[in-house]
Parts: sequence; structure tokens; C-alpha cells
Amino acid sequence: MGRYVIRRLLQMIPVFIGATLLIFLMVNVMGDPIAGLCGERQCDPATATQLRKEFGLDQPVWQQYLTYMGNVFTGDFGTAFNGQPVTELMGSAFPVTIRLTIVAILFEIVIGITLGVITGLRRGRPVDSGVLLLTLVVISVPTFVTGLLLQLLLGVEWGWIKPSVSPDAAFGELIVPGLVLASVSLAYVTRLTRTSIAENRRSDYVRTAVAKGLPRRRVITKHLLRNSLIPVVTFIGTDIGALMGGAIVTERIFNIHGVGYQLYQGILRQNTQTVVGFVTVLVIVFLVANLLVDLLYAVLDPRIRYA
Amino acid sequence: MRGATHARWAAAAAAVALAATACGGGGSNGGGGGGSGVVSSSWGDPQNPLEPANTNEVQGGKVLDMIFRGLKRYDAKTGAAQDMLAQKIDTSDSQNFTITVKSGWKFSNGEAVTAQSFVDAWNYGASLKNNQKNAYFFGYIDGYDKVHPDTGTQSADKLSGLKVTGTDTFTVKLNQKFSTFPDTLGYVAYAPLPKAFFDDHAAWLKKPVGNGPYSVDSYTKGSLMSLRKWDGYPGTDKAQNDGVDLKVYTDNNTAYTDLIAGNLDLVDDVPASQLKNVKSDLGGRYINTPAGIIQTLAFPFYDKNWDKSGSEKVRKGLSMAIDRDQITNTIFQKTRTPATDWTSPVLGKAGGFQDGLCGGSCTYNPTEAKKLIQEGGGLPGGQLKISYNADTGSHKEWVDAVCHSVNNAMGDDKACVGNPIGTFADFRNQITQHKMSGPFRAGWQMDYPLIQNFLQPLYYTNASSNDGKWSNKDFDKLVDRANAETDRAKAVSLFQQAEGVVRDNMAAIPLWYQNGSAGYSDRVSNVALNQFSVPVYNEIKVS
Repeated sequence: MGRYVIRRLLQMIPVFIGATLLIFLMVNVMGDPIAGLCGERQCDPATATQLRKEFGLDQPVWQQYLTYMGNVFTGDFGTAFNGQPVTELMGSAFPVTIRLTIVAILFEIVIGITLGVITGLRRGRPVDSGVLLLTLVVISVPTFVTGLLLQLLLGVEWGWIKPSVSPDAAFGELIVPGLVLASVSLAYVTRLTRTSIAENRRSDYVRTAVAKGLPRRRVITKHLLRNSLIPVVTFIGTDIGALMGGAIVTERIFNIHGVGYQLYQGILRQNTQTVVGFVTVLVIVFLVANLLVDLLYAVLDPRIRYA
Repeated sequence: MRGATHARWAAAAAAVALAATACGGGGSNGGGGGGSGVVSSSWGDPQNPLEPANTNEVQGGKVLDMIFRGLKRYDAKTGAAQDMLAQKIDTSDSQNFTITVKSGWKFSNGEAVTAQSFVDAWNYGASLKNNQKNAYFFGYIDGYDKVHPDTGTQSADKLSGLKVTGTDTFTVKLNQKFSTFPDTLGYVAYAPLPKAFFDDHAAWLKKPVGNGPYSVDSYTKGSLMSLRKWDGYPGTDKAQNDGVDLKVYTDNNTAYTDLIAGNLDLVDDVPASQLKNVKSDLGGRYINTPAGIIQTLAFPFYDKNWDKSGSEKVRKGLSMAIDRDQITNTIFQKTRTPATDWTSPVLGKAGGFQDGLCGGSCTYNPTEAKKLIQEGGGLPGGQLKISYNADTGSHKEWVDAVCHSVNNAMGDDKACVGNPIGTFADFRNQITQHKMSGPFRAGWQMDYPLIQNFLQPLYYTNASSNDGKWSNKDFDKLVDRANAETDRAKAVSLFQQAEGVVRDNMAAIPLWYQNGSAGYSDRVSNVALNQFSVPVYNEIKVS
């Protein structure tokens, strides 16, 4: 087990280097970021040279990359164009996005799995068809439509929530944005759980459990659900990374100053340091989430074990 | 089950770690609508650090306009430069100026504003090592080439043209005659700076200190700046409200929604998609007034195809092929006004604005347009490609409309196409590297309400924003003469003659003047935009 974890952690190194290098090259291909710093007018050449030197943009790309990686290992992610250290930007953006992600994941787990179990056990009944239809609608409607619609109805028309999230972004304010962010994944979790439950319901061990005279609740939670959760856990695990990096639409609609917003600004202003820094952290989140999923397998099904 | 137990432990530990990081953040106060007399307003994240000589965009400029007062200030209604901290500015030759600063003014931290505060600030702004993006504003002052050489390192730290002659007086020597120089001093780059700025620069940037009607109460970068009325402000334009909370919005649509929901008092950038509803949503609480901004199509004169004899006919023809009225009405919902000269109506007649200067060349006339373009040798390369940046400002819509208009005039579906460029930075990049092969979008927001500012930086040979590299000896001569002229009215008329040269050559196609648009809640009143399309915050009253 320990060796497995170490091996997985070591695997992160090449992925980490590859991903940062790719992002670094991609941002650099877009041209000279200093050109956009002076607005509609041309920067005067002396200041432009000076700025280029300050941000290390006068060096060849490979050298910029090496310097950057060297700094990253000492915890220095560089400076954004507005003079703020990127670590400071991360310090303000990541907690917000993590909170948003937690809300979204909770929705997925609580609503998604509950609906999945209910429909899985009542396959073909009106409840099942109803939920299937509902999830189909949720999947086919783009997030920004759901987001804007909820914002308009709950925020403006009925006044139940504030249409925008304050800089604090407390958990309470993130419930609606979290639901919007989770909506599509939630529908997938429901469908995955439903199929998995429906399939395992006919398996031998469930029949045995029922034959032993175990209470229905115990059969469902301990035997049926536990075995049906493996594909769902895989999905939710990979979704953590996707939600954190892909929250940009939701964050824009609800004015959440999270990772998506910072990345968007970084790309618009072609700020290599911001973009690479944030993507680096997101890559780590993806890798760790995947590792967690693999470890959870062993909890759910003791037959799956890593020597 | 040993393995499983281990795994469970590992998973639990990781989950705890994740949860712990989640709880680490937050904690700033902010949020909400502020106190009773506080105006909440939408804001964008400033691109550069907030220093007077380093701020070249509207969002940062907004804050500086609240916390700083310079020698002059532009009247919000007429745009005329009026004395603010300047007691008097004397000159006999348009080149040497003696400036007297009013005594009794203070920064909000208690320091006195003296002649030294200005000289220190200007020297800082001009010095190459400080990387100030507005350094070129000091380019007219003697010794600028030493402090800020085009290449290499600076050989002096201070501008030789600036001399402090007393607590409240200093002299400015320019390197050329520039009669309207005093009128430029209302620009924020010329603001005075307190000693605190130089003593602890990092702390100042965290919480800027100025001498304006507001002081910064708290600043959470990227999300909220709380400004409060400064009770010790000695000026006559004291704040009429208790303060302003500037909230950063990720999207101006969200800001607009917040305004409609009663969560926000002021939005100074109504999104284009909402212009249709704005009257029914806000009624009379919608402002749409001209600002000192003009949109043009510039040409790459470094490309031989665009700079041969007869091509001015092509440019004039293109100008005539554009149906400005229709585009401003349908796409911009009348938030733009078709341009008839190369300046802006905010200058007023006395300031040099000349309605209709462009004449027939800016009037829609498809048949004449086609004729002129053919006489001029046709479209270079057979097709017109209009470049624009696609990331912000919804430029695609109007570029497509302009092309549609040109195509109709030419009777050819493929005569004109838009050429989107991904980001603004890349767009600017290609412009500065002279990679444009056809006309490109050019927008000009004035720095100060002077006709000089609409002509010299854009069309003078090798000027800072002459992106198309247009060059004309007659134009340059007229500008030089205008700058040397001490009589203001004569100077303006010489600039207008220079503008005539721009017209005769169609150095750039004027498209439309841009309006500032804003909407506000029924909690506030007396809201207006100045010529820079920035709300006049200190005048806003909260009921």
C-alpha cells in the first residue's frame, strides 16, 4: 500500500513537468504580453524593454522555464502584471473555488446518489422515468443558461438570494452557484448510480443477503450500495479537478473571484506567471484527486488492493 | 482486512487535509452595500499597480480621480481645465513656466502638499528605472532624454527642467514650445505624491494615500476597494456622500443584474446586450452622454499597397461605403454617434471640435464609394481585411457590419472580411511589429480635453500612437506652429488646419464618437459622467 502511494506520487513528477512546460510554451506562442500592457497606445520602447527584463521575458523560453521552475520549488510563483505575487492571487482564489467545489460535490453526493438509489430500485416506475427525463433536461441545457435563469428568478424576480456573491464567498452564498456548477455532473451521478444499482440488484450476493433475512436497509446500504459506488466514486473523483478548473462560466455569472476568474484574467492579459501558476496547482489537484479515488476503491471493495 | 484499514486511514487523512485548506481562506470583511451614505459602484480589476504615472486605463484612473487632485482639474460639464491646486501658472514664451501651488493643502496622512511634492512625483514618473507606463507624459520637460533614454540606461535621475524655487513655487522648462501645456496638467500622471510614497512604496501600494476628497479605507486587491469621505479635505469639491465602495465584477452583466436587484447603486458600463432593456429597467436613471473617445479605422502606411499615389481615393471611398447611421442605431443602440471629424464633441466648438469637417467623405454614398475605390486602383490585394481583437469590447459585431456595408457598396460578397485576433495583447503585438496588411480597429480615449491630444499622438510623424506610421510634412509643420502659438484660439485654429490635412489624405477613417453609459439605483441622485466617461463620484448624493 505504502509503496503504491509512493509510486503514484513519483509518477506525478513527469506529469507535472510536462504539463507546466506545455502551458508555458502555449502562453509564449501568443506573443509579447508587454504590448497589451499600455492600452491602445504603444509602450515607449525603453519602458517596454525594462518591463520585459523585470518579468524575465527577454530570456529565451527554455531559460525562462528553468528559472520559473527553480523559483516554483522555493515557493515563488512570480508576480502578476498588477504587481501582486501570484501566490497572493492563489491565496485569495483557491479557498473560494474549493468552497464552491465542496458545495458542488456535496450536491452530487447527496442528491445524485439518493436519486440514483431511488430510481435504481424502482426501475420502470413513474419516479424512475420522471428522474430520467429530468436528468436528460439538465444535461442538455448549458450551464450558463441554468445559471442566468436561476440568477434572474431567485435573485431579481423573487429576491431570495443576492444575484452576486460577495468577496467573502461564504458557504451560504455559494449554495445556488454550487448547485448550478454541480447540475450536469449531478445528472450523470444519478444515472450512473441508477444503472449500477439496477445491475447489482440481481447479483448473487444481494440475493444471499436477502435470503439470510437481513433487513432491507442493511442490504441496500452495506451490500448493494457499497458495491455499486465504484464507478460513481471514479466519476466524482475526476470531477473534483474538472469542477475547480472549469468553474469559469459559473464564476463569471455569479461574480465569484475564484480560480476560473483569475485564469481568465491571466489569459486575457497574457500573464504567463498567473496562468502557469494556477494550472500547475490544478494539475496537482487532478493528480491527488485521482490518487484518492484509487485509495477509496480499497475501502469500498477489499478485493481491490494494491500491494 | 489490513490493507483496507490502511487505505481507509489514508483516504480520511487526505480528506481532512482538503477540508483544512478550504477553511483557511476568507476572513476579509467587505461585502454588502456598505453604510447608509455609501455609494456602491461596479469596478474592474486595474491592470497595473495603482500609481498616478503608471495608470493608463479607466479602472485604475477612477480611483486616482477620487483620491488625487492635481494642479488643474477638468470641469465635468465643459471639460475646461480649471485651477485646482495651482495658484497661478505663468509663462512669457510658452516654454518656461512658473507654477505657484496653493498653500494649505494636505495629503490625507497629514503631510503638506508643496512644490516639492509635485517635482518628486514628476521625477519619479519620468525615471526609466521606475517602469511607469505614462512616463512619456513628461517627455516635453527638459532633460527627459537623460532620465528616460530610448535605449540604454539613464544618465540622470532627475529632470533638469524642474526646479523648486520655494515652498510653493517651482519652474518647468520644456524642450519645445507647448502653449497648451498648463491645460494638460489636469491629467492624473501629474498628481503630487506624499513622502510616504517614496519611504515605503509597498505599503503605499497596499493602501494609496492622496490629497483628494476621498481616502482609501481598505483595499482587497481584485475584489473590493472602500473609499471614505476625507473630512480634512480642503478643496471646494468635497464629497457629497460618505464614501464609495468599488466592487470588482467578473462580468458587467452581473453588475447590471445586481443593479436591477437593488444590490448595487451604480454601474458605469451598461453591457451592450442590455441596452435594449435599459430604458424599461431603469427609466430616467440611465445616462448616455458623449465621452472623449473616437473609434477609427487605421491603415498600415508601412505597407506599400496602402501608401501609393491614388490610395487616398481608396481610403475615402471606403469611408463613404460605411453606413455609420445604421450601424450606430442598430448595433450600438445610439450609444455611438457617427463621426464627422477626427476629434470629439466634448471639446466643444471653442476647443476645436468641428462638426462636419469630414464632409462628403464621411457621408454614406455607395455609388460614389465604388467609383472612388475603382479610380484609386481598387482594393489592395483584391480584398479588405479588417483586424480587431476578439476578446473584449464586442468588436466583432460592428466590424462585420462595416464589412457588410462595404460589400454592399462594392456589389461583392467577398470584398471585405473581418480578421479576428485572439487577445488584445496579441493584437497590439502585431500592430507594434507592423504586421498589419489591411485596416485595423483603432480607438482613442483622450488623456485631456484638448484638440492637440486627438491629433499629435496619432498622426504626427513617429508619434507614440501613430500605429499606422502615417507621415506628412504639412501636418507636422502645422502642429509645430500650433504648439508654439501662445494665443489659445489661434493655436486651436492651427490644429484644425492640421486636421484638414488628415482629412484630405484620409489618414484614418473616423467611425463614431463613443458615449459613456451608466445606470444607477433610486437610492442615489445627481449622477453624471465626465468627459472621460468616469462617474463624478464626489457629486453623487445618497438619499
